[in-house]
Amino acid sequence: MTTAAHAAPRTGVALPSAARLSLSRTALELKSFFRRREAVVFTFSLPVVLLIIFGSIFHGTVGHTGVSYRLYFTAGIIASGIMSTTFVNLGISIVLEREDGTLKRLAGTPMPKGAYFAGKAFSALIIAAIEVAILLGIGIALYGLRLPDSAGRWFTFTWVFLLGVATCTMLGIAVSSIPRSSRSAAAVLNLPYLVLQFISGVYFPFSTLPKGMQVVASFFPLKWLCQGLRAVFLPDTLLAAEPAHSWELGRVALVLTAWLVGSLILCLRTFRWQADR
Amino acid sequence: MAANTSVRVRGLRKSYGEVAAVDGVDLDIHHGEVFALLGPNGAGKTTTVEILEGYRERDGGEVTVLGADPGSAGRDWRARIGIVLQSNADASELSVQELIRHFAGYYPSPRDPDEVIGSVGLTEKAGARLRQLSGGQRRRVDVALGIVGNPELLFLDEPTTGFDPEARRQFWHLISGLAEGGTTILLTTHYLDEAEALANRVGVIAAGRIRAVDAPADLGGRASAPATVSWLTADGRQSVQTDTPSQVVTELSARFGGEVPELTVTRPSLEDVYLAMIGHDQAGAAESAPGRSPAGTGAAR
Repeated sequence: MTTAAHAAPRTGVALPSAARLSLSRTALELKSFFRRREAVVFTFSLPVVLLIIFGSIFHGTVGHTGVSYRLYFTAGIIASGIMSTTFVNLGISIVLEREDGTLKRLAGTPMPKGAYFAGKAFSALIIAAIEVAILLGIGIALYGLRLPDSAGRWFTFTWVFLLGVATCTMLGIAVSSIPRSSRSAAAVLNLPYLVLQFISGVYFPFSTLPKGMQVVASFFPLKWLCQGLRAVFLPDTLLAAEPAHSWELGRVALVLTAWLVGSLILCLRTFRWQADR
Repeated sequence: MAANTSVRVRGLRKSYGEVAAVDGVDLDIHHGEVFALLGPNGAGKTTTVEILEGYRERDGGEVTVLGADPGSAGRDWRARIGIVLQSNADASELSVQELIRHFAGYYPSPRDPDEVIGSVGLTEKAGARLRQLSGGQRRRVDVALGIVGNPELLFLDEPTTGFDPEARRQFWHLISGLAEGGTTILLTTHYLDEAEALANRVGVIAAGRIRAVDAPADLGGRASAPATVSWLTADGRQSVQTDTPSQVVTELSARFGGEVPELTVTRPSLEDVYLAMIGHDQAGAAESAPGRSPAGTGAAR
């Protein structure tokens, strides 16, 4: 048996940078996603269908504010669309990757672990941006939604969107460690998502919900994401119907950031690269 | 650690609950050798290998792989090893070429992806998506992903399970080629012919312990064991066990005046030696396994 030269330890060749591999992971995630036709269609169409159904059923205004109820839930469904593409879809896809051995294989390579998460986050950001663009288009075409008319509102939109995507992505990654198998993944991820949608002011004006429900919802991110997006897309005349009579943007930032940091810590401590035996 | 040792294990222990899966394993694997770890299901093969790969934490013992402790080694270390896991089932929409190029990007000095695809015999399938491949072709992708980083040490965990005989031959040829190129290979298998065809040395593991380590031809004193000479007479088949088979054959040849009818000379096969070695500990476990497995696979899937 000869020990050829190439089997000697190779030193001096640098490992590929984490930044480059994060980009390469993002490209791979997007390619994989867009090639799953039915996943693409259903991911993008679910909030669209909900928006159109709600728009066909409900009319009128929110309280005495003169603000169309349709505009109200358009903002809410944009928030819930962000959460479905990041939290639900991402979480389920990670459970599948854990179960089929993809994660274990990656963990056996010199890929920096952060590159995997960055790839998930950036691809989720792009998919969520497309989703939001579609929902905005429908809102504008059918329900008289207007794009933000000031630099201040565009700025709010940008940070609320980015922070919302980041928080829901990290939360999806963190929660992906809970389901034992892919069979339970959809149930585990959809339950909190469904409940939060109904108590966070997505479909019904938040101030009309029972007080206890409002209190529970204000501990979770979706309520604040909805509120942040209402601040962007709805006129200030709606403030009369907001519980605090204010958009509370500082609190939106605070709660979303708290959830982001909390789920990031949870990811770092509990993320599993292998299925349990 | 000796300069020519790739893997050094002393007193390795790992328990799952009350069960000691690995119960004091000692192992040395030299640079450039192909080492086969043989053992029945549940003997501790995969647990041992996964500790060496850094996938599992050990309960006790010393482990050094390419000069580092796998439990704490970093990316530099990972870049020097290649792993082919027991089974992967990812239903990827990516093509063979896309996936292998992507993985090549993880390593500082990878092999040429197209050359790797060629070496596992998938050139014609390079553009095909993973989910369109047959089981054997998928396994070759697994191997390609394991070697694309140009590893110094390659782990192969039951690499040919589910292969047809021709695919196994092709795979053996590939592994022999890697070994000739200087790659150290640790192979687990329960195919004895595979170990015999590929390995410089074989370690037999049973009930969490190494029972013997030797060249396949010498394992369990095979080379020096009595040979069995057998031939056909008018009264039926005769056979004798002897330490001097050549002499017996010469005598037989003289008696028959040339050709001896249906002459065979055999020594204990690797299988005979192996079964004798694991027989004691594993008879009970092997019998209880089928009864256990339906529930086991049900929970895992």
